[in-house]
Amino acid sequence: MATTLTREQHLELYYFMRLNREVEEQMVRLFRQNKIVGGLYPSLGQEAISVGTAYALGPGDWIAPMIRNIGALLVRGFKPRDVMTQHMARYTSPTFGKDGTSHFGDLKSRHVISPISMLGDLIPVMTGIAMAGRYLGQKIVTMTWIGDGGTSTGMFHEGLNFAAVQKAPFVLIVENNQWAYSTPVEKQSALRDLADRAKAYGVKSAVVDGNDVLAVERTTREAASYARAGNGPVLIEAKTMRMLGHAQHDAAEYVPKAMLESWKKRDPLDRFEKVLTEKKLWDAKTKKEIDERIAREIRADVEFAENSPFPPPESAEEGVYCEGCHAIEADWQRPKEEVMPPRSSVKAEWPLKSYAANGARPPAVKQAASKAKPGKKTARAAVRVRAKAGR
Amino acid sequence: MAETTYLEAIRQAMFEEMDRDPAVVLIGEDVGVYGGAFKTSEGLLARFGWERVVDTPISESAIVGAAIGMSYAGLRPIAEMQFIDFIACAFEMITNFAAKSHYRWGAPVPMVLRGPSGGGVHGGPFHSANPEMYFVHTPGLKVVCPATPRDAKGLLKSAIRDNNPVLFFEHKFLYRRIKEEIPADDFTVPIGKAAVRREGRDLTIVSYAAMLHTSLEAAANLAREGIEAEVIDLRTLLPLDRETILASVRKTNKLLVVHEDTRTGGIAGEIAAIVMEHAFEDLDGPVRRVTSLDTPVPYAPGLEEYFLPNAAKVAAAARELARY
Repeated sequence: MATTLTREQHLELYYFMRLNREVEEQMVRLFRQNKIVGGLYPSLGQEAISVGTAYALGPGDWIAPMIRNIGALLVRGFKPRDVMTQHMARYTSPTFGKDGTSHFGDLKSRHVISPISMLGDLIPVMTGIAMAGRYLGQKIVTMTWIGDGGTSTGMFHEGLNFAAVQKAPFVLIVENNQWAYSTPVEKQSALRDLADRAKAYGVKSAVVDGNDVLAVERTTREAASYARAGNGPVLIEAKTMRMLGHAQHDAAEYVPKAMLESWKKRDPLDRFEKVLTEKKLWDAKTKKEIDERIAREIRADVEFAENSPFPPPESAEEGVYCEGCHAIEADWQRPKEEVMPPRSSVKAEWPLKSYAANGARPPAVKQAASKAKPGKKTARAAVRVRAKAGR
Repeated sequence: MAETTYLEAIRQAMFEEMDRDPAVVLIGEDVGVYGGAFKTSEGLLARFGWERVVDTPISESAIVGAAIGMSYAGLRPIAEMQFIDFIACAFEMITNFAAKSHYRWGAPVPMVLRGPSGGGVHGGPFHSANPEMYFVHTPGLKVVCPATPRDAKGLLKSAIRDNNPVLFFEHKFLYRRIKEEIPADDFTVPIGKAAVRREGRDLTIVSYAAMLHTSLEAAANLAREGIEAEVIDLRTLLPLDRETILASVRKTNKLLVVHEDTRTGGIAGEIAAIVMEHAFEDLDGPVRRVTSLDTPVPYAPGLEEYFLPNAAKVAAAARELARY
């Protein structure tokens, strides 16, 4: 299926991918100037996934980006200054210096959940939001990302199974960049396609070229509409390559040079620029305008970040508990009476679809000796069965 | 006013809160059709339906994770651990995800995590845990351990209405063993406030949950010998009501802490340190503690009895302390 995106949407995808890349390159410069307090986790070569997936959802949908999904944060309206002040631990950052990197979010307006360093945790959390959204009558989808390495965690499996049995409107992007720090994917899983992990849980899945932003966007949009319609979660494996080390300090000498060379030819930005040119969706002037806009925005935000103060030390004591500083409000999109007695009342008995698991037919009761031909084979089998029973 | 068991009080709190606020939902293993392993949620599914009473796979991490997600969406979920021992399976979600959420990015988690804890019912090493101190050591959580039916109901209501993750440790030994007349109105008991359960002048006994009753039994016996113990029920371990403890110690000048949790790293050590820091001059004797042994909870009745504190052990420690 071809993309249905307009010219403006194509250009917007380019803007976010380029912005994603330029913000990270700017942060490398800041890192070298010792202005980044902690780590810097690059997404070079993976911008099509962050941007394409986030772009496919609506503003009412909830996302939880992971460490390499700065592009998704930008799509959701966060500014380069948010990302920079976070990394630089300034008081003006979205977390006031309490947490770093892309560990921030916005519950109320952008519906972005902050990631956590423990991989897989976001899967049950986003499942819970999806369940709550359904309960509240919202037609939302929730989405998070996980790397190839993260699919080895227990939380991935508990969470995906949970989402499946709840038929949660949830999309999981497995961003297979082939490396979990220094460990190749073949040491994480014996599967050829990590998408196959979904089969074990009865979850629909797809594999997509993670360096093709249009394919990523389209596949995610289809998955979201499938999940939104109440069919259950979808797992998308986006195949890509981590083009730098795990973090800025890691020179990634363990990655074969030829592997990097081969993936360099598939750079998602180069490829998308070619598409835009071939489809005649832009010209050199348009590109220049977008690139200059990005440069301006980054310059202004670097200046903002560098001139921002560090948090006052004593603010370390603040904010452990919510003492009424935040209101807990659910966005009800259905009449509350529907979930209150007497309308909510039911008979406490399982309305099972069948008397075997999930509609499967119960195993047939074997009629002993009716079909079996007499012979050595049957006799041996009978002996085996008895031996087993005797243990 | 009717006589209500500790278990029924918990059930009533959930019923009334779910009736009051459609944002309150219950999620856990066998909580729906079956009504919970201890029947704590019996009747909830019939009244509130499949959307509000959710039976889950055996996945404690996913239960807590989903409850966190529901909290972010503005609900007030109650997540049940079938036995509190299984909270260890969800440790990561509670300590790293829920507890740090508000501090690090300003996202409150108004979730209650409740379940049956405690020994004395021959549950053995995996059905008798008192895991409170793992979580008292975790900033961002609240830890509640009620000892009476009235408190169980009033504190659970407060926990559900709280904007923070509250761990609500019910003591299963008390479920059907204690009864109390509790008010019929919509009352709450504040989190973070201890109660003086018996007044006395000779020493202070600080305790909570099932050990409150053991301490009161010991205090009654001590009174016959002329030793008047003041008995404090902590009710909440985090945040700890330091003022009530310190005020009592300043009056009696002696402190004995009694808990069913194991000795090393139990709340007694923390309370002793607080008293040293703030009331050292008021002490007329060493701070003493009566606790379970530093072992897993053993299964055989004789072993478990030996492991647990009892009224005789509490009274013996109190007598010794009273002599100073």
